[in-house]
Amino acid sequence: MSRRARGWAQTWAGVAAVLVLAEVAARTELVPSRYFPPMSRTFAELAGQLGEGAFWAAVGQTLQGWALGLGIAAAFAVPAGMILGTSVVRYRAFRVIIEFLRPIPSVALIPLAILVYGAGLESKVFLAAFAAFWPLLIQTLYGMQDVDPVAVDTARVFGLSRLERLTRVVLPGAVPYLATGLRISSSVSLILAVTAELVIGAPGLGREINAARVGGATELLYALIIVTGLLGWALNSGFATAERRVLHWHPAQRGAR
Amino acid sequence: MLEVSGLSKTYGEGARATHAIAELSFTVHEGEFVCVVGPSGCGKTTLLRCLAGLLPPSAGRVTLRGRPVSGPPEEVGFVFQEYSRSLMPWLSVRENIALPLRHKRLGRAERDRLVEEAVESVALTGFIDHYPWELSGGMQQRVAIARALAYQPEILLMDEPFASVDAQTRADLEDLLLRVRAAYGVTVVFVTHDIDEAVYLGQRIVVLTPPPTSVQEVLDVTLPEPRDQVETKELPEFAHLRAHIFRSIKRRQSLQGQGPG
Repeated sequence: MSRRARGWAQTWAGVAAVLVLAEVAARTELVPSRYFPPMSRTFAELAGQLGEGAFWAAVGQTLQGWALGLGIAAAFAVPAGMILGTSVVRYRAFRVIIEFLRPIPSVALIPLAILVYGAGLESKVFLAAFAAFWPLLIQTLYGMQDVDPVAVDTARVFGLSRLERLTRVVLPGAVPYLATGLRISSSVSLILAVTAELVIGAPGLGREINAARVGGATELLYALIIVTGLLGWALNSGFATAERRVLHWHPAQRGAR
Repeated sequence: MLEVSGLSKTYGEGARATHAIAELSFTVHEGEFVCVVGPSGCGKTTLLRCLAGLLPPSAGRVTLRGRPVSGPPEEVGFVFQEYSRSLMPWLSVRENIALPLRHKRLGRAERDRLVEEAVESVALTGFIDHYPWELSGGMQQRVAIARALAYQPEILLMDEPFASVDAQTRADLEDLLLRVRAAYGVTVVFVTHDIDEAVYLGQRIVVLTPPPTSVQEVLDVTLPEPRDQVETKELPEFAHLRAHIFRSIKRRQSLQGQGPG
């Protein structure tokens, strides 16, 4: 067996073992199957859902919240990070505000979101964008501050203008940080989108999960939870793949092409 | 061509001020190869950064062709000691060399020609589409030299460019530099802490004092050209010059060692 195939086999052997264990635990009533149905039934329910239009609509609504939240966060965080990160004076002036706002858990803003935006998409996007803003801002700041002074001197001595230095030297050098920030913010945005659906009842997977609980549809409840996990995993691997492509020159990615 | 007069550079203020350079003056003529040599920590890099317009002097001035240097002049090319940090890792060899040419208002064909000529002159034609980090240290520094040459500077400033490569590579790079300098007809100011290197490469040598740095003496090198790693270094004048500079630096260091600081 090739090395790659062996790695693949080991990964899926672990997954299969956990699934079988869960199945057996539920079948033998080691855990009460009323709350923890056998995996086979959950996956059967999941397969059934894949044919339902309403299910895909919920997936779309959650992804919409995720994308808008992340997009809005990026549109503000990257320019803000660039503006603050390229000047010690500006950074000092805003550091305290950032350090104060950043630790506020987004869920603490749910009442405010409902008050201002109601229980729909706007609230979800507001919460997701607020939470996703901070990791990306911090990473952009780090990226700006970690620029190699020799590279900047090189650009200066060869007559690159201030704008060219920013676009041709500072930004490309900060891309590894931006990529990390985007990946973290993407996860955060998805978490907050689902949270908003669960708590506020904005349309999406989170609301469906709550509905399944209320209706006692335990298999559906688990199936939907699994779907949110798969979404997070897929988005994260999407970002990781893009990162490998864009950062093929970076020491951490060399040879991974 | 390049005139340094009364140059001083002080870092910090008041009692904690560090006088890196004090009242330093020398001149570089058109087409010359001038080596600047001095004990380590004597502000050679500071001096070169002032010459390149990267660092404003505290007093005195630098003039290039009669015009005072206040920012990086277009006639100056620069080669840094830290080649791996000076080349952009996300750009190929070709793109790295072309980067400074963007705003030179050249046609695409002209730009490509300059890049390819420079790459050929440092014998890296086969590696033009490689990334810098795929190359050895010596090859990376050749890319940096090619980048400076393609920029078509009238004066090339080099800050200990061969200090981080092994001895054999270093000798090869020294000869390569002498060749391309002749081909491109560029004036060179080459800073080094290595006395042998200064004598081997230079037509004139500016010997610096320990800080606050000023010029201790300026020596003419009359070794025959082209220089040769074996024959030139066998000549009595080579031995004489390097011994002279060595003693000159040592004497000054021991004099300062007896002083208050």
